Amino acid sequence: MAGTGTAHLRQPEDALLRVEDLVVEFPSRRGKVHAVSGISLDILPGETLGLVGESGCGKSTTGRAIIQLPAPTAGHVRFDGVDLTKLRGNTLRQLRTRLQLIFQDPISSLNPRRKVRDILSEPMKIWKRGSPTERDQVVRETMEAVGLDPESSMDRRPHQFSGGQCQRISIARALVTQPKLLICDEPVSALDVSVQAQILNLLQDLKARFGLTMVFIAHDLAVVKNVSDRVVVMYLGKICEVAGPDRLYAHPAHPYTEALLRSIPVPNPTVRPSAQDVLHGELPSPIDPPSGCRFRTRCPYAQERCVNEEPQIREVAPGQYVACHFPLSGSQSTPVPVEVAAGSPV
Amino acid sequence: MSTPQGTDGSHPGGNSSSAEKAAAVSRTATATLPPNRRLLEVVDLQTQFRTARGMVRAVDGVSFSLDRGRTLGIVGESGSGKTVLARSIMGLLPKRNVVRHGKVLYEGLDMLSASADQVRDLWGAEMAMVFQDPMTSLNPVLRIGNQITEGMRFHLKMDRKTAGATALALLKEVGIPEPARRLRQYPHELSGGMRQRIMIAVALACGPKLLFADEPTTALDVTVQAQILNLLQREQRDRDMAMILVTHDLGVVAGRADEIAVMYAGQLVEKAPTATLFANVRMPYTEALLKSIPALDAPSHSRLQAIPGRPPDLVNPPPGCRFAPRCTYARDRCHEEPPPLLEGGQDHFYRCWYPVGLSAPVKLRSGPDRASAVDGPTTPEPPAPPSEPTKGVE
Repeated sequence: MAGTGTAHLRQPEDALLRVEDLVVEFPSRRGKVHAVSGISLDILPGETLGLVGESGCGKSTTGRAIIQLPAPTAGHVRFDGVDLTKLRGNTLRQLRTRLQLIFQDPISSLNPRRKVRDILSEPMKIWKRGSPTERDQVVRETMEAVGLDPESSMDRRPHQFSGGQCQRISIARALVTQPKLLICDEPVSALDVSVQAQILNLLQDLKARFGLTMVFIAHDLAVVKNVSDRVVVMYLGKICEVAGPDRLYAHPAHPYTEALLRSIPVPNPTVRPSAQDVLHGELPSPIDPPSGCRFRTRCPYAQERCVNEEPQIREVAPGQYVACHFPLSGSQSTPVPVEVAAGSPV
Repeated sequence: MSTPQGTDGSHPGGNSSSAEKAAAVSRTATATLPPNRRLLEVVDLQTQFRTARGMVRAVDGVSFSLDRGRTLGIVGESGSGKTVLARSIMGLLPKRNVVRHGKVLYEGLDMLSASADQVRDLWGAEMAMVFQDPMTSLNPVLRIGNQITEGMRFHLKMDRKTAGATALALLKEVGIPEPARRLRQYPHELSGGMRQRIMIAVALACGPKLLFADEPTTALDVTVQAQILNLLQREQRDRDMAMILVTHDLGVVAGRADEIAVMYAGQLVEKAPTATLFANVRMPYTEALLKSIPALDAPSHSRLQAIPGRPPDLVNPPPGCRFAPRCTYARDRCHEEPPPLLEGGQDHFYRCWYPVGLSAPVKLRSGPDRASAVDGPTTPEPPAPPSEPTKGVE
């Protein structure tokens, strides 16, 4: 039983996207890499789901598995009532126009030899949407929507733009097929803070304007908090905690969430970074993940039970779900974990 | 450095008399602490790159000093010149197509006019650098042990055995498990965080007095970042080593640097002791930078205050204040006249005609007081200690 549980899922008929027991494994010479081990999540229409975790936690793999690139090893991905894992070939390709990805590195994700005009009209050409003039019109409108001037930019190539502008082009490219779901994989981590704020604001605006639903993948907790309606914290291919951003950041229930929050350097000199609060060690190998709770090797509160029994996700406060035998209670600073009657599958 | 009109904002001394300039220089050089505490003195450093488009003024008239055991945080966005500044000081730039002017005095020795051999003797032994990318900064075909001992064998003339033992002790010190085994491993066998610890061990091997850390944690995860920053701080304290911590993240330097210098478009735009800087931000750029960072304690979906536009082209920087085209407070004067770096008391320097939080606009020259014709800055802030910043520095 990889069982991380599904307690945090909502009514299947409400969700635009519902991922159940998603497993992604990659073969490697040293054994199977357990990139994602049975995670479940759902997104309501118009919602932004933040996926946060350190590198190697499986957040990007989850994002890619949703659009079946590559197809997951096991599990279901239901998008708008259709199980994507059951689709093949052309049907899947056609459906992918409604799920679009935005990548981390804006410069390398654009073809350097093509003009912006071609980059943006290509998706419509492939699907034979509209006449050339209509396509041109869509390209112009989309460029304006992402804050680029069509007149001066359409006939330029990616290298003539800055990183932030390239990210705007990537966003525009994702939008021309009129997707319902946008999967943003670290869309701002390659950008400077001043530009990062521009792009984050832009994504919020576009979401409202085009009625988008978003999966927002990032390692920066502050960024995720800013954009998300619901946040999923991942660690080594598992979900640790799911909650609304304000609840999660004020009262983290999972020791890992707490550690993550405490590790963030705050731009305030009166907050002294203390050595004791830092998480020790590093991420264990996903080839041979720890038994029981995967976080136990670095968890300051780990006990016998954490070694033997995998924690199931359960609700600890309204709207807050955690996979931990000894979730933290009350305020963030409470160091003593309180045992909650656990183990009962919800 | 020579702008069409002959004087430049980074040369405030040029605006006043040369005697004043000399006085200002000597004052910075022999300030408060006894002279033997002073480790590094950078005076009007300029670094330019010759390119097909013209000279790129990557570092344009930067001056500061650093005492033993102190930490200076240099903050800026990409392209602000922070990395080039660190490398210019250490002399780690290619010879071709690079022009450096000014003075870099390391314990009295001018690094810019010193011979290649002299500088080489300082590298590793006196000053060392921890680079940003631990993946590519280590030699992939050399064992960890060799990379750590190389400097000690060369500079300290240690024999193989002593150097090996010191390397082992160093690995323990920087928190590497199974140090003896690691010494025989190659960089690819270690994780990013471990490699950064190795980099730190390499840098510390000869006991340098000055450590440059150029974005030491940018390539690492937050939990590992915290470990590495704590490690750097501990080593620095134990060894009474001075550190220049270069980063784009104000959060990284906030709790760890004694003093912070903010760079924009090749210039220092604000410099102050850490607490002073955060309490009384004067430079609009610093303020904008702080506001654009999503705050952890802000409610979700709060609108971020982005800085419009992007940094200027360093081949043809704007004639006035370099931040003026993006500044919300900018007025006519900002677009025409480059502001000098002014001292506003409490060792707080800023390069702005209309500093944030000061009701009286900056007066520098005599003559028609055009500044008073306009209103004070729009953000009122509690008591601004320096009433009339007038002293030019550098």
